[in-house]
Amino acid sequence: MAEKSGSEILVEALVDCGVEIVFGYPGGAVLPIYDTLFGQKKIRHILCRHEQGAAHAAEGYARATGKPGVVLVTSGPGATNAVTGITDALMDSIPMVVITGQVATHLIGTDAFQEADTVGITRHCTKHNYLVKDPDKVGSTIQEAFFIATTGRPGPVVVDIPKDVQVASGTYRKSGPIAHKAYVPRDKPDTKLIEQAVEMLAEAERPIFYTGGGIINAGPGASQMLRELVRLTGAPVTSTLMGLGALPATAPEWLGMLGMHGTYEANMAMNRADLIVAIGARFDDRVTGRLDAFAPEAKKIHIDIDRSSINKNVSVDLPIVGDAGRAMEDMAKIWKAKQHKKRDLGDWWRRIEGWRATRCLDFPEDGDEIMPQRAIRALFEATKDRKPIISTEVGQHQMWAAQHFGFDAPNKWLTSGGLGTMGYGLPAAIGAQIAFPNALVIDIAGEASIQMNIQELGTASQYRLPVKIFILNNEYMGMVRQWQELTYSSRYSESYSDALPDFVALAEAYGWKGIRIEGKQELEPGIGEMLAHDGPVLVDCHVSKLANCFPMIPSGAAHTEMILQANEVSGTMDDEAKALV
Amino acid sequence: MKIRSPDTAPHTLSILVDNEPGILARIAGMFTARGYNIESLTVTDVSEDSSVSRITIVTTGSQNVIEQIITQTERMPPVYRVTDLTELGPHVERDLALVKVAGTGEHRIEALRLADVFRARVVDSTTESFVFEVTGASEKVDSFIELMREVGLVEVARTGVVAIGRGKEAS
Repeated sequence: MAEKSGSEILVEALVDCGVEIVFGYPGGAVLPIYDTLFGQKKIRHILCRHEQGAAHAAEGYARATGKPGVVLVTSGPGATNAVTGITDALMDSIPMVVITGQVATHLIGTDAFQEADTVGITRHCTKHNYLVKDPDKVGSTIQEAFFIATTGRPGPVVVDIPKDVQVASGTYRKSGPIAHKAYVPRDKPDTKLIEQAVEMLAEAERPIFYTGGGIINAGPGASQMLRELVRLTGAPVTSTLMGLGALPATAPEWLGMLGMHGTYEANMAMNRADLIVAIGARFDDRVTGRLDAFAPEAKKIHIDIDRSSINKNVSVDLPIVGDAGRAMEDMAKIWKAKQHKKRDLGDWWRRIEGWRATRCLDFPEDGDEIMPQRAIRALFEATKDRKPIISTEVGQHQMWAAQHFGFDAPNKWLTSGGLGTMGYGLPAAIGAQIAFPNALVIDIAGEASIQMNIQELGTASQYRLPVKIFILNNEYMGMVRQWQELTYSSRYSESYSDALPDFVALAEAYGWKGIRIEGKQELEPGIGEMLAHDGPVLVDCHVSKLANCFPMIPSGAAHTEMILQANEVSGTMDDEAKALV
Repeated sequence: MKIRSPDTAPHTLSILVDNEPGILARIAGMFTARGYNIESLTVTDVSEDSSVSRITIVTTGSQNVIEQIITQTERMPPVYRVTDLTELGPHVERDLALVKVAGTGEHRIEALRLADVFRARVVDSTTESFVFEVTGASEKVDSFIELMREVGLVEVARTGVVAIGRGKEAS
């Protein structure tokens, strides 16, 4: 077999794995790979402005397409800068393969220039990682990395390749289906357990589906199966932050998001339900509130592809390990085969309607100030017909977007859920825009978060990506300020966004269009102007400075103890509650 | 505010893994990262072609924590399987210690006498010292070491627990 260099094998293996786009940043230890990329046309490299940006862009690409995101960075600082994005992908189960350069094998361990122990550093923030010391193993390792990243519960895989291995020659053969010796993901749920689940669902008087990012990861078919199950059972649905879009927000069964900033009806229904069917969700602390008061009356079915997610935080009655889509498909089949009829859930729905009547997402609105919730709703109304892809940073604006922007399809909502990474939204939007050049992609941001990866403005300019950024500018790290208000008697320690840049001028400096919105009457025209421009636009929308995000379950409280409006806020908390934040 | 710790019990886990570089760090690091205890850990290659290792870990935790430890370990790609030998039931556990004792006169004789009771073998001897090799369940090794303190214990080297299920099935 003809011998090739390690970097040629790498690029060939990437092509064989279906890779079209690589997000990266060059450096000393990956120069051979970049030289190989220079001479080929099958893979397009997107040059980001920071390795963290490259990793988030790959995440956004993966979340929007369902395909694995690929990152290429150099050794040392290249790898360590990517770590936040890698950890983010691990927490949110995003399939990603990160190729890192490493110093030559004979230099490893000598504190060489730009050396870092990348496999050591990333061991606990990856699903798996490799150091490849033999060019003959580059190809097979890459194929195995893609297999592990994309199957089972998806996640990031790092492949660290020393520079001499990139240069030395070896052989490569494209392999057939990967059969890993020890790693055998379990997709197919146990039919007997599915039958039990269907019986429990048929008998429940107060059922609720609690869905999560696992349904999005299981592909668009899984969202269809959820819709089918809801049609068959008539049961209400709530979802985690990561699961938004699996059921259309327009569906009558949709209760909105649950958890800390979820809706009153979703949290009350979880609390009063007699059956919770959790699908691809992991009973995160932001969802459950105080554990000993979580869903006290409910039997719980938990469907998850990761067995370790089951019984981790909440003990369940019926654990089912398997792919969310396959499990729901089997449930629908068995439901029909057993000729179950839709049960009369009238009493249950009447109670839910009662909770809905609190209109928990309403907000006070007077004066000329733009309420941030109003801005999100206006953005939604102006864009919903164009099926936009929305990314966010992290904080109040993220929760308001989750609450007030309606998602009707999966893969349209890119947000950092588990890790809560400020600076995620702009690069993620860039990744999604690369995948869908004609889509409307908007990063809903805060003025603090956007500055965490602001350098990526340059990436969008370089590739002529018409990304939009919509900043809800309240001159505070709003969620920090909100917690300080609730917990620390409004001592606003370091949460004021001082010395803000002129965002419009900054946008223009990068070749973007900049728009400033300062009063109510400017909101809709400003959004219209943003949408009318076919290039990248940054909108600096000045909103009410002290608005807080409600409803809210305070730290350490139960689902039934929601704060609905600002006047219910107490101002201090005991130490137990403070520690739970 | 005080930090509370839950009730715990020791479990012996037997973990079969691909014998790849960094596997021990991967598993030990996961225990640290998730706040699980390691009371003892042994690892060695157990297959003909050096491709599979067995790691034996003694850990403590509530039933829920033990279940989490098992599933968190099992989901790591290089892990074949995890067996909770404590739950499995009949199994053999052994711990080996090399115990150095120095002394003369009555202490020396007493050390030999105790060693005989524990079936410890003398594997090194000078006119002023012995090294004993003692094997058995951890409690037995603990008691032997405890007794040796009174007759001139100098130092101890110990393997930690290795364990295997009884009967013909693989654990």
